[in-house]
Formats: sequence, C-alpha cells, structure tokens
Amino acid sequence: MANKILIPTPLRPFTGKQDAVEVDGATIGELLANLTTRYEGLKPHLYNEQGKLRSFVNVYLNDEDIRYLEKEKTAVKPGDTISIIPSVAGGVNGTHE
Amino acid sequence: MALTNDEVKRYSRHLIMPEVGVEGQERLKNGSVLCIGAGGLGSPAALYLAAAGVGRIGIVDFDVVDYSNLQRQVIHGTPDVGRSKLASAKDRLLALNPHITVDTYETALSSKNALDLFKPYDVILDGTDNFPTRYLTNDACVILGKPNAYGSIFRFEGQASVFATKGGPCYRCLYPEPPPPGLVPSCAEGGVLGVLPGVIGTIQATEAIKLIMGIGEPLIGRFLIYDALRMKFRELKLKRDPDCPVCGTHPTVTELIDYEEFCGVAPAPVEVAASGASSNETETDVKELKRKIDAKEDFYLLDVREPNEFKIGRIPGSTLIPLGEVPQRVNEIPRGKEIIVLCKMGSRSARAAAYLRQQGYKNVKNLKGGILDWSDQVDPSVPKY
Repeated sequence: MANKILIPTPLRPFTGKQDAVEVDGATIGELLANLTTRYEGLKPHLYNEQGKLRSFVNVYLNDEDIRYLEKEKTAVKPGDTISIIPSVAGGVNGTHE
Repeated sequence: MALTNDEVKRYSRHLIMPEVGVEGQERLKNGSVLCIGAGGLGSPAALYLAAAGVGRIGIVDFDVVDYSNLQRQVIHGTPDVGRSKLASAKDRLLALNPHITVDTYETALSSKNALDLFKPYDVILDGTDNFPTRYLTNDACVILGKPNAYGSIFRFEGQASVFATKGGPCYRCLYPEPPPPGLVPSCAEGGVLGVLPGVIGTIQATEAIKLIMGIGEPLIGRFLIYDALRMKFRELKLKRDPDCPVCGTHPTVTELIDYEEFCGVAPAPVEVAASGASSNETETDVKELKRKIDAKEDFYLLDVREPNEFKIGRIPGSTLIPLGEVPQRVNEIPRGKEIIVLCKMGSRSARAAAYLRQQGYKNVKNLKGGILDWSDQVDPSVPKY
C-alpha cells in the first residue's frame, strides 16, 4: 500500500528535487523508514543520532500532528497524505525578513 | 480617541462595512502593532497596517537598505539604498498615512530589551528570519500575554499562524527546539520569490488587524502553509502542548534566556579569533586561493552551490557539485589531493568540508567568505548576488 509523502522545499535536494514521494508502509514509522532507505541523505535531517524524530521536524497525517495521534505507530490508510513540516527561517543571520 | 473628519473620509471603505464600522476603525486607531523587522515580511505588513489606520506602529530593525532587498522589501525604494531601514520605512509609512504614529527602535532585539519593547503594543508581528530572534519573540509574547502574528518564508513556501493567545499554542508547542545551525539553509543561500513575503506578510497584517478589531476567526491553532509554485494553501491543526516549556501547564522557561546559546549560534567573530591558529588547517581565504591558482599548485576546487548560482559567476578551475549531491557523487572528488570547498558565503561549503572530513578526506579547507569575498578582493568582474 503506497501513500503520498509531501516533501518540503528545504528537503527536496535529498529526494532528487521531487516534492512528493509514494512510499509503502502500514504506519508512519514504516513509511518514514522506507523513505529514508530510498533517500539516504534525508535521514540525518529527520532523525537524530539516537534514531528519534528530530524536534524541529513535525510529521502530519493529513492535517493532524502525529505527536497527538500515536506518534510513529500511527496507522495509515489508503489515500492518507503524510506531510513533513520542518521549521524554516528566512535570511542571513542578523537581518530581518 | 474618536475619528476626525479627514479620517472618516480616508477610511470610508472600512466604515461602510458593518463588521468594521466606526467602532472597529476606532479600535484600529487606538491599537498598536510592533513589527520585528522591516524586511520582506515587515514591509508589506507595515504598509497595510499603516494604510488600514493602526494608530501606532513600532518597528525594530538595525539594518541598512541594500540593492538585494528591493526585490521583495517593498517599503523601501531605490533612492533609499544605503539609508537605515527604519528611516526609510518611517518616511514611507507617514507618507502613506500621516494620521498614525511610527516608533522606530534601532537595535537588535535581545533578552535585555524585548519585554520593555513589547509591553506598550497590542500585537507583535514576527518578521524575523533567524531562529534566536524567533524563539525570543515567541517567549516574550507568552510571558507578556501578547498575541504573535507569525510568518516565515523560504524560496517558494511560506508559513503563517497566530501564537501566544490566551489558551492557544505558541511557536514552541510546534517546534520545541530549533535546528542546529547549518542544517537549514537561509534565504541568502536558498533564495526567496520576491512576491512570497508579500503574501505571507499581508496575512500577518490581516491577522493583526482582526485581533485588534476583535472580529472574525483568527489563525489560532491553525498552521497555514502556502506553496506559491503550486498556488496551494494547506492548513494543519496545531495544539497547545501541555508539556510546552514556555506556555505549558508547568513551564520551565519563565524568563527570557540566552537565545543565541539556545539555538547553538556562537558569536561568529569570537569564534574566528579564538580558533585563529587551528583554523589554518580547516580554512583558507580568497587571497591565498588566488596565490595558489597563480602558482599553478595542484589542488581540487569544489564549488557546492546550485547550478543556477554557478551560472551567475564562478572561480576559474572550479568543479560544481551542489551540496545536496555531494554524498552521492563523493567518488568524483579525488582523494590524496588538497581540496578547497567554496560556496556563496562560506556556510554551505563548511558543511560540505565537514562531510568530506567525515568520509576520510585528510586535507579539506573551507574558503572563508566564499565567492562574495572573491568578488570583493580578487576579481570584481564576478558579479555579487
């Protein structure tokens, strides 16, 4: 079962510039594991050294934050869309956007 | 304060809408917004706040108008290049609406001054582009109970929300911690579509105006994501985190902290001075690079910018492998040779150099100041961008 994962702009260099990737998996954790196996460069951006999702990267199942569902154990259904939403900041340090 | 006849004429398109009316317009007149920054987001936001008749607009900034700002920072014009952004913004806002007051604060927002600066204002409009100031703005808003009309932009994508309202989530509920420096590229590296901050800044102004008038449904508990290329708006749900260190049930952050430290941003000049001796092994500068090129020394010059940047200008003899492709193409980079890595300003190349060292490359140097320094100090015919 493949689900669509939406890739945010800052991470697209690691998915061959694709803004969405179809990945198999029954849970969010499985989907993300398969995603980072396919695109290894993504891994350090999503997970820390302990293998935990980084705190400046949020993952949404449709419009719900998985932190308030069952985190990485959250089950996905056909047609669900997963979004990776990292924090972004504008310009050079010290100036304002 | 009631509206004068001149103001009634000016705001007539507001006044004839029952949702605004005289009452709403008077609220705006007696209302105040502090814009953090007069840049990409602050420019359109301040212009619309002024036009709408928000009685007091404060701006915090310490920057000077540069040619590269004009593509998106519409509050400034070409004749303003070289002026302080505050002076330029104030002139423009008062020309647009002389009935308002503009307060300017020529300072960097800090843990020392934030609470005093925020106190007199009804709404804070976060137009910052860096994590330390963003967390500082968030925490100060939570501590003072001031709503934060938040916006952020990157390339073609923008985010907006309203944080720190009573019972609503704050930025830390969304992102408890910032990314380590270097992992996320900035706009100066990644670029930004000029019209994008126009959209996001205007959304922030809309929210500030609604909050002051007390009308509509504010963007609280909702995270708006805008993709300009696809012209799509998405909305994600945002919850207040009971464990949030600032606005949670048992907050651990109850006063402002050192945000540079929190975000892992060491003050750059100190770092350079302190590591002067050892930096010779990991860093080089454009003068030394020029000497090596002229002496026809044998080394590999690696440019890790994007192809479109490479087209704008390059250093002779350099090979392009964009940062994102370095891990896949690492075999193209010769071992056993000195490697000098460059980018626009030296931060992406520092990341690439660190990666190569991790991969066992022994002699890797980062070019300090990147191609901008090359243009300044060696070859001005290479355009700066």
